[in-house]
Amino acid sequence: MSTEKYDIDEIIANMESQLLSHMQDLKISEPLFIGIQTGGLWVAEKLRTSLNIESPLGELNIAFYRDDFSRIGLHPRVTPSSLPFEIEDRHIILIDDVLHTGRTIRAAMNEIFDYGRPASISLAVLIDRSGRELPIQANVAGKRLAMNVDEHVKLLGPEPLALEFK
Amino acid sequence: MTSNNIQLDNNGRLKHFLTTEGLSKDLLLDILDHAESFAGVGDRAVKKVPLLRGKTIVNLFFEPSTRTRTTFELAAKRLSADVLNINIAQSSASKGESLQDTLQTLEAMHSDMFVVRHGSSGAAHFIAKHVSPRIRVINAGDGNHAHPTQAMLDMFTIRNHKKDFSRLKVAIVGDIKHSRVARSEIHALTTLGVNEVRVIAPRTLLPSQVETLGVHVFNDIEAGLEDVDVVIMLRLQRERMRSALLPSEQEYFYNYGLTEKKLATAKDDAIVMHPGPINRGVEIDTPVADGKRSVILQQVSHGIAVRMAVMAMCMGSLAENQEQQS
Amino acid sequence: MRILIKNGRIIDPANKLDDIGDVCIEDGKICSVLKSSKDFSADKEINASDKIVCPGLIDLSARLREPGMEHKATIASESLAAISSGITGICCPPDTQPVIDTTAVAELIQQRAETAGKLRIFPLGALTFGLKGERLSEMHALKRAGCVGVSNAYADIANTDVLRQALEYAHTCDLTVFIQPDDHFLSKNGVAHESAISTRLGLPPIPETAETIAVSRALLLVEQIGVRTHFCHLSSARSVKLIEDAKKAGMPVSADVGICHLHLTDMDVDGYNEDCHLRPPLREQRDRDALCQALAKGSIDAICSDHQPHDADAKASPFSETAAGASTIELLLPLTLDLVTKKKLSLSDALSSVTNKPAKILGIDAGTLNIDSPADITIFDLERYFTVDKHKLISAGKNSPFTGWELNGLVTHVLFNGMFVYEHASE
Repeated sequence: MSTEKYDIDEIIANMESQLLSHMQDLKISEPLFIGIQTGGLWVAEKLRTSLNIESPLGELNIAFYRDDFSRIGLHPRVTPSSLPFEIEDRHIILIDDVLHTGRTIRAAMNEIFDYGRPASISLAVLIDRSGRELPIQANVAGKRLAMNVDEHVKLLGPEPLALEFK
Repeated sequence: MTSNNIQLDNNGRLKHFLTTEGLSKDLLLDILDHAESFAGVGDRAVKKVPLLRGKTIVNLFFEPSTRTRTTFELAAKRLSADVLNINIAQSSASKGESLQDTLQTLEAMHSDMFVVRHGSSGAAHFIAKHVSPRIRVINAGDGNHAHPTQAMLDMFTIRNHKKDFSRLKVAIVGDIKHSRVARSEIHALTTLGVNEVRVIAPRTLLPSQVETLGVHVFNDIEAGLEDVDVVIMLRLQRERMRSALLPSEQEYFYNYGLTEKKLATAKDDAIVMHPGPINRGVEIDTPVADGKRSVILQQVSHGIAVRMAVMAMCMGSLAENQEQQS
Repeated sequence: MRILIKNGRIIDPANKLDDIGDVCIEDGKICSVLKSSKDFSADKEINASDKIVCPGLIDLSARLREPGMEHKATIASESLAAISSGITGICCPPDTQPVIDTTAVAELIQQRAETAGKLRIFPLGALTFGLKGERLSEMHALKRAGCVGVSNAYADIANTDVLRQALEYAHTCDLTVFIQPDDHFLSKNGVAHESAISTRLGLPPIPETAETIAVSRALLLVEQIGVRTHFCHLSSARSVKLIEDAKKAGMPVSADVGICHLHLTDMDVDGYNEDCHLRPPLREQRDRDALCQALAKGSIDAICSDHQPHDADAKASPFSETAAGASTIELLLPLTLDLVTKKKLSLSDALSSVTNKPAKILGIDAGTLNIDSPADITIFDLERYFTVDKHKLISAGKNSPFTGWELNGLVTHVLFNGMFVYEHASE
């Protein structure tokens, strides 16, 4: 286990610049930021502050959309999702800390669609690591890492943010 | 108390929800917290979460009830489960089929959960003891014994308005003797650690040795309501007049019906609750039922979220592993 | 046939015997007890060393379900169960189907017992026709047909005048009246003792007064009329006090208690245990203790099994829908001996409560080792222990609340009319 010397601020700055050019390319002017609890939310808060996004931050807790209920059961404490805006026809920037198998993002998209029909969803992640089990890709990735099956990375926070590798 | 074991699985998770008695404070709070998460589902465009998709929930009602059955049905559907409504009064059991045979037939139809309402105390326990281990049982009311989901939705309503249980004085007024709601509420309130639980009723409507449940007994409503934070009114059934327990509705209303005047001694911000349906002019008068202290309508809407929580928790206990999710 | 029972510990409470010795039997009758058997050339000899030899037990109340409820049990099946526990005489209540209010039914039951050949049945005749509490039954004819007493079983006679006349008539016939005290208006549809437990479980309650009021009412009538009256299956301390006062006043009353009520209380009902659904209901610990003390003092005369075998369906329902009653007959002796182990009763008093005392109440020549009386004898090993498994009971009724209990007192031999009707497999 190690907390390798990755400069989080640098990675987030990278995300910012990628995100800006991505939104420019797709002509997105009023994006809705939605962070996935808990790590994605921390990253989303930082991005929202530095990019000066006005609209409130949406929080997604995908507990009820996971695909492993039969194996794991109900999560003990669930802070409810909160999307304080209309989804209809809006451009969503979905933000998470680590993209790995893709199952979390699949669940998040299913949940978003139960709130309404967005114009588009773009995925921005802090770390895009290898090990996809579903055809999901990040539009924006702060850092891309090739890792083995038995290696794991986790975001610690909220202050200060740090990456933990196992 | 054997019900403790029968309701929990080996990991201490809720397996069957039969009674509020014998469950820990943490578990009751979990139910309330999960209900909180589910409460927002009804406000969304798609009023469903896919948690129980593919599961079959059977409403097994041996006693007729539109309200309770409908809320359970809505709750199940909001969890994306399939629902079967079986009204036993009209079907095979009334033709003499034994309860066990009825259960076996339903099990053969690959049901995952039974929601049971029955006229005999202990019926839900009986069913839980006799069904196959993979089926979950939720008690929607058994005889005079328990109505745990009603009690939990009332606790949910109380928490919404009062936040801290430990300071509360709660009074339950009415036919305690025949009320499964009252019993379940008393157990829930004492477990959640409220300051004081009071029961207010004439002696004919109080069950034997009711103080042993942890309540203070009052026969006079004004004395009983003094300084209370929550008033729960119970429904009075007409048969009580016929079975020599009360002389008339008028006399009952005069002594035990809730009016503004009788509420004078309660706290100013006291809330008034009633599990419904209300008998206006018997348990409660219209000004109070529709007044600013009444939270009766909210109780109804909370019923769906609480039942979703209980169903999801019980079904989730079938999972083999329970990992700490990050 | 000459039989010698050698070296057993002979306990005959009626004759105040408790000594090691021999019992000699000839032609179905007891010919000597404790006297030297040197000159007695026996055809068969039983070595009863380290065993107890006592009179065959008399069970004051057991329901054999025949005629009318053979799906629950039969005289044949229950005779086997009874015999395995050393019971050679059974008194059965009149609530069969049809009721024992005709000589035909009374004779039928005794004939079936004779055919089974294991024990004697002493039927109680109905006090009123159909047990309906309206018309008196033909008590004289029933007595001639072999009934040893009359009873209205569980059916309360609400009309006090009818009850009074029935008692007067029974007195005329010189019959003992057996009363199961229960005021139906108070017990209603109750299934459990009215207390904290019935409140918590939400079960329809039966207050203590359902029994005590019925006992008081009957006692006042008995005081006036003077008929021999036996109170069946008392369940409360308060009833015990009423009986004690009546006896002190010289009234001709006696009482028994069901074996379950000496061991279990309403706490055993907790968790909706259907096997503990009994009538009268199991009451509180102080009631159980008072019943035990009354037995030791003699204010309660006898212990009965109150055997009520049921088919599985009758108990496979939510509690208040199940039939009341437990299957107890083959545990009567071991459970009675358990009271001795728990030091609530001496061995002699315990055996007396299931031998000579019930026999006296029934007015029959049994329950003793009197010379020239029929050789109904039970031999058992006090030191043999076993664990109760309700599924392995001999009785057709498996509804026993005593599964898992470790008891002692294994019956090894039983003689009825001087013939061996039971020998335990290990002998």
